[in-house]
Amino acid sequence: MNDLKQIAKTIRRDIIEMIYAAGSGHPGGSLSLADIFAVLYFGQMRHDPKDPAMPDRDRLILSKGHAAPVLYSALARSGYFDPEYLKTLRKTDSFLEGHPAMKTHGVEVGTGSLGQGLSVGCGLALSFKKRKTLQKVFVILGDGELQEGQNWEAFMFAGHNRLNNLIAVIDLNDLQIDGKVTEVNSIEPVADKIRAFNWNFMVIDGHDIPQIKTAFEKAAASDKPFAVIAKTVKGKGVSFMENRAEWHGKALNKEDYEKAMAELL
Amino acid sequence: MNGHDKIANRFGYSDALLDLIAEDNNVIVLDADLAKSTTTSRIKDKFHNNFIDVGIAEQNLVGIAAGLALNGHIPFASTYAAFIAGRAFDQIRTTVCYSNLNVKLAGMHTGITVGADGPTHQMLEDIALMRVLPNMVILNPCDANEAYNATLAAYKHKGPVYIRFVREATPVLTSREDEFIIGKAKVVRQGKDITVVTSGQILAIVLDSAGMLEKEGYDIEVINVHTIKPLDVKCLSESVKKTGKLLIVDEHQIHGGLGTAVFEALTLENVHYKAGIIAVNDTFLTSGPHDELLEKYGFSVEAISEKVKSFFLYHTL
Ligand SMILES: Cc1ncc(C[n+]2csc(CCOP(=O)(O)OP(=O)(O)O)c2C)c(N)n1
Repeated sequence: MNDLKQIAKTIRRDIIEMIYAAGSGHPGGSLSLADIFAVLYFGQMRHDPKDPAMPDRDRLILSKGHAAPVLYSALARSGYFDPEYLKTLRKTDSFLEGHPAMKTHGVEVGTGSLGQGLSVGCGLALSFKKRKTLQKVFVILGDGELQEGQNWEAFMFAGHNRLNNLIAVIDLNDLQIDGKVTEVNSIEPVADKIRAFNWNFMVIDGHDIPQIKTAFEKAAASDKPFAVIAKTVKGKGVSFMENRAEWHGKALNKEDYEKAMAELL
Repeated sequence: MNGHDKIANRFGYSDALLDLIAEDNNVIVLDADLAKSTTTSRIKDKFHNNFIDVGIAEQNLVGIAAGLALNGHIPFASTYAAFIAGRAFDQIRTTVCYSNLNVKLAGMHTGITVGADGPTHQMLEDIALMRVLPNMVILNPCDANEAYNATLAAYKHKGPVYIRFVREATPVLTSREDEFIIGKAKVVRQGKDITVVTSGQILAIVLDSAGMLEKEGYDIEVINVHTIKPLDVKCLSESVKKTGKLLIVDEHQIHGGLGTAVFEALTLENVHYKAGIIAVNDTFLTSGPHDELLEKYGFSVEAISEKVKSFFLYHTL
């Protein structure tokens, strides 16, 4: 457990390092997912970093593709590639594109246009069912992202088809680019909506590692598709970024960088 | 382009909208959670009642704009080009264009210079998508002033208009006093040896290249096709008849972009010419700093100059 906390911190440090080195990128929505990614890549998911194409692996789709840094760090730290490469984020010809791309080992599908991942997750989950394998699909969604109608088409499909091997993680940080989700175009009551589409769900603190683990255990035993509604803080771990919309897609200057790294010791 | 101010042409868009709303309360500006990037937050700050943020929902954005237009409002729906031309294509086609609704669409952050956000955001297919739609007008302003004028022209035009913008600051080449007529291209530099056709932010690079080539004895004609649809075929064919050589420089996929539009149109005119094109060669690009990417993919003064010179390899001037 302490281990996972430490891993989450390493991921947060990577996020800051990468975005600082790149001179652009999305710190806020990456930091809010660090604890969840620590749990997923270090215990929850069945995968083999040395064999990224292992046929019976679980799949993760980062539908909110702008949070690529959290994914790249989790991939590197769990052994898909040397963490040294993280510093090449967004550089010309790096395999770490601004948004996830197939050229990175461990990325299952390219994302970056919001609202498309859950449908792909439905397709994969359906395919696993047809082949009678026990694999799971995890789809990571933003709360602002849920404003895209395609998500609701996918929620409906998964519920209708009882895709209980599909797990949606909703990064409920109540921020998007133009402000609070509840003020721009509210998705609430989100749990009621998801329940109405015939899903099970659990609302958790998305920074509390035992709660995250419990949610995934419940998901594994669910007879319906399962939503982990994770209440999070955008920018979590860096005081001056926490709950601040302006840190959605802003690079750090040297002073910001040093302050952030000092807080993440 | 030393000596010129640089400004991103998307600011010309919001400047024009601010002026339009001051005169006409029917103008409604819509955004989809990118109001700072598109610059429409300036409208939100000044004319709160003429601004709507629909959230991250581009298909709904276009539908709402259509509904507003049906009752006499003049909606300007604004978001990244990738998500308006791409995500909402069917809504644009079947709701807006089919019923010829008075909806204006602003496609922001087009092309290569979105840079580090990478291929998902580098919209290089929007001209192709919008060009094939009946009733659609496509404007591709070269700088902030032309963007201002294009936005005013879109307002005056009755029917769907798609305007493209870029993220980065680019040299100011035109003035707000310049005439801007939809469908009328501009010969921005006269020459007799070769016609170079372009539009958007690449014009500045083409002009630099033409200036450089002049010193080496080449006399280049440069045409700014700020309206990609309807295309000014007359202007293009007259120039190509004169020079016999045509180079198109288009920051877009090679298939379906400005090049396709011009070659298609000239096929039906009785002109004979030697042709070349610089465009993105049927591939997704990579993330990277915008200036590096322009170089890498052939949109540099040097690459354009080399391409122009290649036309003359077996000829004497
Ligand atoms: C289809 C689409 N529209 C718009 C964008 C631009 N965009 C990138 S991130 C973002 C906000 C996302 O908010 P949310 O899903 O809440 O993510 P988080 O706040 O957790 O980063 C927007 C509008 C996009 N990438 N894709």
